[in-house]
Amino acid sequence: MKIGKKDIEYIANLSRIELSEHEKEMFVHQLSDILSYIGKISELNTENVTPMAYTIKASNVFKEDIPEPSISLEDVQLNAPDIKGVFFKVPKVIE
Amino acid sequence: MEYEVIVGLETHAELATITKLFCGCSTKFGVEPNTQVCPVCLGMPGVLPVMNKKAFEYALKAAIALNCRIDEFTNFDRKSYYYPDLPKNYQISQNYYNLGVDGYMDISVNGTIRRIRIHNVHLEEEAGKLIHPEEISADYSLVDFNRAGVPLLEIVSYPDMRNVDEVESYMQTLRKILLYAEISDCKMQEGSLRFEASISLRKKGSDKLGNRVEIKNLNSMKSVLKAIEYEAKRQSEVLDRGGTVDRETRLWDEVSEKSARMRSKEEAQDYRYFPEPDLLPVLINEKWLSAIKASIPELPRERKQRFMEVFKLSDYDAGVITEEKVLADFFDECVKILDRPKAICNWIINDLLREVKDKKLDINNLPIKAKQLAVLVEIIEKGTISSTIAKEVFSEMIQTGKGPQTIIEEKKLVQISDEGLIEAVITKVISSNPDAIEDYKKGKKNALTFLVGQVMKETKGKANPKIVNEILAKKVGI
Amino acid sequence: MSKDIESRDVSLRLFEYTAHHLSAKILSKEICATDLVKHFLERIKSVEPHIRAYITINEEDALKKATEIDKKIGNGETTGLLAGIPVAVKDNICTKSLSTTCASKILKNFIPPYDAFVVKRLKEEDAIIIGKTNLDEFAMGSSTENSGYKITRNPWNPEYVPGGSSGGSAAAVAADLSMMALGSDTGGSVRQPAALCGIAGVKPTYGRVSRYGLVAFGSSLDQIGTLTNDVKDAAILLQVIAGYDSRDSTSMQVSVPDYLNGIDSGVNGLRIGIPKEYFAAGLNADVHNALKDALKLYERLGAKVIDMSLPHTEYAVAVYYIVANAEASSNLARYDGVRYGYRAPKSNGIIDMYSRTRSEGFGNEVKRRIMLGNYALSAGYYDAYYLKASKVRNLIKNDFDIAFQQVDCIICPTSPVPGFKIGERAKNPLEMYLSDIYTIPANLAGIPGISVPCGFSKEGLPIGMQILAKHFEEKKLLQIAYAFERETDFHLKKPVLKVSSEQR
Ligand SMILES: [Mg+2]
Ligand SMILES: [Zn+2]
Repeated sequence: MKIGKKDIEYIANLSRIELSEHEKEMFVHQLSDILSYIGKISELNTENVTPMAYTIKASNVFKEDIPEPSISLEDVQLNAPDIKGVFFKVPKVIE
Repeated sequence: MEYEVIVGLETHAELATITKLFCGCSTKFGVEPNTQVCPVCLGMPGVLPVMNKKAFEYALKAAIALNCRIDEFTNFDRKSYYYPDLPKNYQISQNYYNLGVDGYMDISVNGTIRRIRIHNVHLEEEAGKLIHPEEISADYSLVDFNRAGVPLLEIVSYPDMRNVDEVESYMQTLRKILLYAEISDCKMQEGSLRFEASISLRKKGSDKLGNRVEIKNLNSMKSVLKAIEYEAKRQSEVLDRGGTVDRETRLWDEVSEKSARMRSKEEAQDYRYFPEPDLLPVLINEKWLSAIKASIPELPRERKQRFMEVFKLSDYDAGVITEEKVLADFFDECVKILDRPKAICNWIINDLLREVKDKKLDINNLPIKAKQLAVLVEIIEKGTISSTIAKEVFSEMIQTGKGPQTIIEEKKLVQISDEGLIEAVITKVISSNPDAIEDYKKGKKNALTFLVGQVMKETKGKANPKIVNEILAKKVGI
Repeated sequence: MSKDIESRDVSLRLFEYTAHHLSAKILSKEICATDLVKHFLERIKSVEPHIRAYITINEEDALKKATEIDKKIGNGETTGLLAGIPVAVKDNICTKSLSTTCASKILKNFIPPYDAFVVKRLKEEDAIIIGKTNLDEFAMGSSTENSGYKITRNPWNPEYVPGGSSGGSAAAVAADLSMMALGSDTGGSVRQPAALCGIAGVKPTYGRVSRYGLVAFGSSLDQIGTLTNDVKDAAILLQVIAGYDSRDSTSMQVSVPDYLNGIDSGVNGLRIGIPKEYFAAGLNADVHNALKDALKLYERLGAKVIDMSLPHTEYAVAVYYIVANAEASSNLARYDGVRYGYRAPKSNGIIDMYSRTRSEGFGNEVKRRIMLGNYALSAGYYDAYYLKASKVRNLIKNDFDIAFQQVDCIICPTSPVPGFKIGERAKNPLEMYLSDIYTIPANLAGIPGISVPCGFSKEGLPIGMQILAKHFEEKKLLQIAYAFERETDFHLKKPVLKVSSEQR
């Protein structure tokens, strides 16, 4: 599977990663290599195979609807890059 | 050109749990920002979700109430998109195996029943809240994560609605079902019930659907209806000009009552759904399902039916009473105390509802208790007070919250049925109104009504009108 | 051979003991916890500059904790299983009030407000967290070269990588900079560095140890594991961290057996499966020979060696790089500069802030994997990549299910090569990915695995042997590994370190 610059730009945007022209070129090559290796799975016939997302045979794990203490505002904001009062502050979001 | 409007709705309802979907934080509304959060709902590194059983069961209830097919297997998926109020930048939702599919809801429009199909019902997590400062020049936004992780039910309809009446009925009916089944408090002003509409047009008689436009940011049912009308008009104008409607997402602006493009189909989100590895699947067996089924209270349609059959209420009365679950509950409670359904129903519809409307009261916070209304009706029936006095007592009840008996005692409003006492008053009234007697004898029948009025006035309305009429008739010699 | 060790000068070589030797000495007050911690801290001062195993050294807190434990012992209070034992923790496991960076610039100075389940368990058992160890950024790598902070050296030869991604933990234990360590294993990240550093590494069954507080990489594959000098220490450390945790939905309510009890039961009558796919072309001759010798020893001990096949092995790496990276692409979406971690100083609006923050905060390997994962999940590619991989994953797991009907365990090399030099594979991501070819299948199937030292290469680098078993059969794995260890001295060999002080 070969991918091009357009593909890299598309997935870099999906990934919210900014790439320089040089990086785009590097990743086009590297990802193409990796994808052509990965592509070997397509040679297998998996027509009657169910996809497996979980390795353990278990289900129905729940918690009860019982409150637990939240953490202090100090801890909430301890690692925050920017705050304003009780809020987290971010660059303006335009909808 | 004449067009048919095709509308589908996506509804989000916050579930009535006391804790969030994946952590133990409280879901209480209106508390100080960022105080109902923990590492889990803040999406801190290393945390994991654990599903709230109550929330899952509420969603199951909804799926049952909306006549969905519920498969044995369901699981959760991650839906990825970047937004600052979404802590993990993915939402835990359902995509490949929705909890309920292929359901329907019957709605009533101008007396006829329409069946609107439900595509799916699923469970997901709520996002936080983004606050934009008042000053337009401000270069920042603020985030509060208190709502992040609150359990959310999503109900997706098929595009089966054809006009705003149907849309309105759909919204109202759905709201009622969620309230009756005690799944959500459906407080639109608190954002716990929200709608998104998708609208397309098609030429009358044609079966070719036009491009679909999605409308977001609809903060009230009124906005939904206005936005649909606006969008139908906009699309028909585009088509009439010979243009094509772009497939896009638009944002409704409540102030200008217009919508504007948010993103086009080309910019459509690529959500990259895949199974949430941190949550295991849920298997729903028959036993569990029937227990949930049994836990669903009577839904609005059955409730109305019962009120008509058991209590002989008219279709109209039963409709009004069941419009709001609190009213229907109130009614049920009243008739349990006093078996006078018709009288109670009248008091609720004519008096209680008027008070609520006039004083703009919150329907969820009725100003009197069922017991109080039942006692009032009982007192009237016993003849302790007249219905005129009863109105006065009722309004006092609303104002003070006191019970009818207390008010009657305090204000000495007990009806006078002592014949001797009444006769004395009548004698006095007759002697001071000789003209009226004359008029009556000349054939003026309403002179008698005047005299009754005078007696009532003398007794401050407390005289038993039946006895007054009887004695007066005797006195004037009928 | 262990008698040899005990006869050494206790006061100077405390760090060369294993935890199971030392805890008895601490409890009998022969040694005090404070002295032990001081010894380790001093050794770290002299040796660490050459090994660079740690990102954070928890000096002050460790000494404080040691004093508390000594007091406890002095007062005759009951103490935990790991009383006074220094344990190093991989820096992708959250420690309350102690920085947790995942070796990424994006989490520089990140202070978790909570402890991971395993850290809570360590503290409950009176272990002393001596520091946080280096790793490939977000555990993405097999050499610890992808750290955003430093490159860890292999104690056996500083020109070589220690393996990865738990390279810091493995090197810390191998160089006696900690008594034991925790790592995490998504595709071999505990077993492979254990092999390359000549120590024991256990990857438990998926669901055996809570992942709560382990910074997620590939959520359906991640499992916290142990890195220790020998198998008994592995048993003790696993005993402490294993068990159900209500905060991890994938943590299983399976009772935890006593891992030390009966560890010396031997392997008589045991059926050992030898999968032919793991002994094919590309396997280094020294590794192959070491494994052959090991299997001969097992036969001498009464085990039966059975040739068998795991036919879908060749697809494991491909499946892994789709599944792990798909999960990673979404797990790492949260590093956006909003609530914690690095935020790019200058940006033009929210989207620009995200992109700059992530471009500046993540290293190339992380970017590569995030993009690969997003590609495999993106519209139009989901079926061909993610969904297909999930199906092949089922085939791989099925291989093991069938195999374990015929054999009690599977033995194979941990790594196809004894090691590689720093920089040797850094330029070719695909070649690096193939380092994990023998360890990845266990993660895909969720089964437990252990790597123990079984020889040395011509260059003097340690060689690891991997043992795999059925779900939740860690106890059996430890018994099988111990049976080998008891008869060999590979685990007793220590690297000769370049140190700046008189210590060695
Ligand atoms: Mg949704
Ligand atoms: Zn929370």
